[in-house]
Amino acid sequence: MSDASLPAPPRFRQIGLPGYVGLLVVGALVVSSLAATAPTMDKLARGLTRLFAPSGLFTQMFPPDFSRIGPISWKLLETLQMAVAGCFLGLIFALPFAILATDRLSPHPLVRTVARAVIALFRTVPDLVWAIIFIIIVGLGPAAGVLAIMVDKIGFAGRFFAEAMEETDPGPQDALRAIGASRLGIIGSAVLPACLPSFTATSLFALEKSVRGSAALGLVGAGGIGVDLKVAFDLFNYDEALAIILMLLALVIAVEQGSGWIRRKLI
Amino acid sequence: MNAPVLPVRAEAGSTLVEPVLAVQGLTKAFAGTGILRGVDFALAPGQSTALIGANGSGKSTLLRCLVRLVEPTSGGVLMLGQDVGALSPRALRRFRARVGIVWQKHNLVPRLSALSNVIHGAQARMSGPRVWTQALAPAQVRAEAMACLARVGLADRALARVDSLSGGQSQRVAIARMLMQRPEFILADEPDASLDPQTGQEVMELLLGLVRQDGLSLLVISHRLEHTLAFSDRILGLAQGRIALDMPTPAASAGELRRFFDHEAAA
Ligand SMILES: Nc1ncnc2c1ncn2[C@@H]1O[C@H](COP(=O)(O)OP(=O)(O)OP(=O)(O)O)[C@@H](O)[C@H]1O
Ligand SMILES: [Mg+2]
Repeated sequence: MSDASLPAPPRFRQIGLPGYVGLLVVGALVVSSLAATAPTMDKLARGLTRLFAPSGLFTQMFPPDFSRIGPISWKLLETLQMAVAGCFLGLIFALPFAILATDRLSPHPLVRTVARAVIALFRTVPDLVWAIIFIIIVGLGPAAGVLAIMVDKIGFAGRFFAEAMEETDPGPQDALRAIGASRLGIIGSAVLPACLPSFTATSLFALEKSVRGSAALGLVGAGGIGVDLKVAFDLFNYDEALAIILMLLALVIAVEQGSGWIRRKLI
Repeated sequence: MNAPVLPVRAEAGSTLVEPVLAVQGLTKAFAGTGILRGVDFALAPGQSTALIGANGSGKSTLLRCLVRLVEPTSGGVLMLGQDVGALSPRALRRFRARVGIVWQKHNLVPRLSALSNVIHGAQARMSGPRVWTQALAPAQVRAEAMACLARVGLADRALARVDSLSGGQSQRVAIARMLMQRPEFILADEPDASLDPQTGQEVMELLLGLVRQDGLSLLVISHRLEHTLAFSDRILGLAQGRIALDMPTPAASAGELRRFFDHEAAA
C-alpha cells in the first residue's frame, strides 16, 4: 500500500456551462412537447369512462365475435402471403444493393453512395407511405401491399446485409484477390459463406417485420386482413374487430416463435 | 517503372541464367517515409531463397510490391518473364494467378470445407459458381483439389470444415489451395510464424519439397534463424531499405545472420 491514502474521486464529472445549457435545452424540449401534444388528465379520464360505458368500445368488444372465422382466416392467409412474397422479393433485391453499398465490394465510390442513398430512402419512408404510393401505381389490393413490403425490406435488409459484409474478416477476400479471383468470385466464395448465419438471422427478422407490417397495410387499402379490421371498426362491429386482432396476434406470435426457433438452431 | 530486360547474374558466383525474378532499384515510401530505398537482386529458378530482416525492415512490403498488392514508388520488377509494373489490370490478374502466396494467417473461409477452400485456388483460371464450393465443382476440378490435399497429407479431412482444423492443418490447406492455382513461383510471408516449432518445421519442409520435387521457385520470409539455415539455398538480408546481405546458405554462419533477427540479437 502507498503511504498516503488518496482522497476518493468526485462522484460526478464537472459538466461546465455548455453542459448545463444543453441540459436546459433538452428539458425545455421535453416539457414543451408534453404540453403541446400529450393528452390532459381529464381528457384521458373522460375517454376511459366512455370506453367502459355500456355502449363503449371495450364493453362492445366482449365477447369477441368469431362467427366469420372462415372468411377472416382466408384474409389472414392472404396477409401472410403478402408478407412472404414481399419479404422474399425484398431480400432478393436487398443483396445486390447491399453489395454495391459496401466499401470493399462496390465497384465505384459513386455507385456506393447511390446504393447507400437508395437504401436509406427505402428505410426511412414508412411502409404505409409506400403502400399509398403503390396503390396509386397498381391500384387497391394485395399487389400494392407486396410492393410496399418489398421496398421496406430492401431498406431494412440492405442495411444489415451491408453491415454484415463489412464486418467479415478481409483476410480470405484479400487472399483470393491476390490470386486473381474476380469480384463476383470473391463474393460467391468468401463473402456469402461467411455472412450466411447473419443473413439468415436478418431474413427471419425481416419476415417477422413483414407479417406485422402487412396487417397494417390493409388500413390504407393495400390488401390483407387490415381491410377487414378497418371495415369492422367503421361499422362499429367491435366484437368482430377483437376477433380479428386476436387471430392476428396468434399469427404474429406463431411466426415470431418459428423464426426464433430457427435462429437458435443456427447459432 | 523500368524493368531490366537483360539476363542478370542470378546468384553470386554462378553462370548467367535467365532469372525468374529480377528486382531493380525498387523503392517504396509510405507517406514520405522511405521503407524500401533501392532494392536490387535477382533469383535463379528452382531455388529456395530466404528473406530476413528485423521487424519493420520492410520484408512484407517488398513481397507485396513484387505482385503489386502494394504499388512500388519506383523501380522495376521482372518476374516470370513479365514486366510487372507495366501490366494492365487484366494482365496483372492473369500474372497473379501464376504466383502462389502463403500468408502468416491461412486466410481460408472458415465455414467452408477444406475441399471447397482448395477449389477456390482454381479461381486463378476459372470463374463462376463451379469454383465457389466443392458441391458445384466439375469432377476433374474436385479430383485435382483432392490431389492437392493429398500432397499436404489432408485428403482424409476433405469435407472437414476449416474452422474445425488445427493451425498447422489450416496452413497446409492454404498451401493446397495455392497448389490448386498451379503456381510457378511461391511467395511465403512467415508461413511458420503462428505455428508451434514442430508444425512450423513441417510446413517449411512441405514448401521446400515443392522446390526440390516440382522445381518451383520460392521466396520465403523467415523469422527463425534455424529455418532460414535449414530450408534455403540462398539468404537475402534486408536492412535500411536495401539488400544488406546476399549469400549462399552453406556459406552463412549463424553469427553473421543474427543481427537480422531482433529477438535473437536481444538474447
Ligand atoms: N500500408 C501501410 N501504410 C503505412 N505504413 C506501412 C504500411 N505497410 C507497412 N508500413 C510500414 O512499413 C514498415 C515496414 O513494414 P513491413 O510490414 O514491410 O515490415 P516487416 O519487415 O514485414 O516486419 P515484420 O517482421 O514485423 O513482419 C513498417 O514501419 C510499417 O509500419
Ligand atoms: Mg511482415
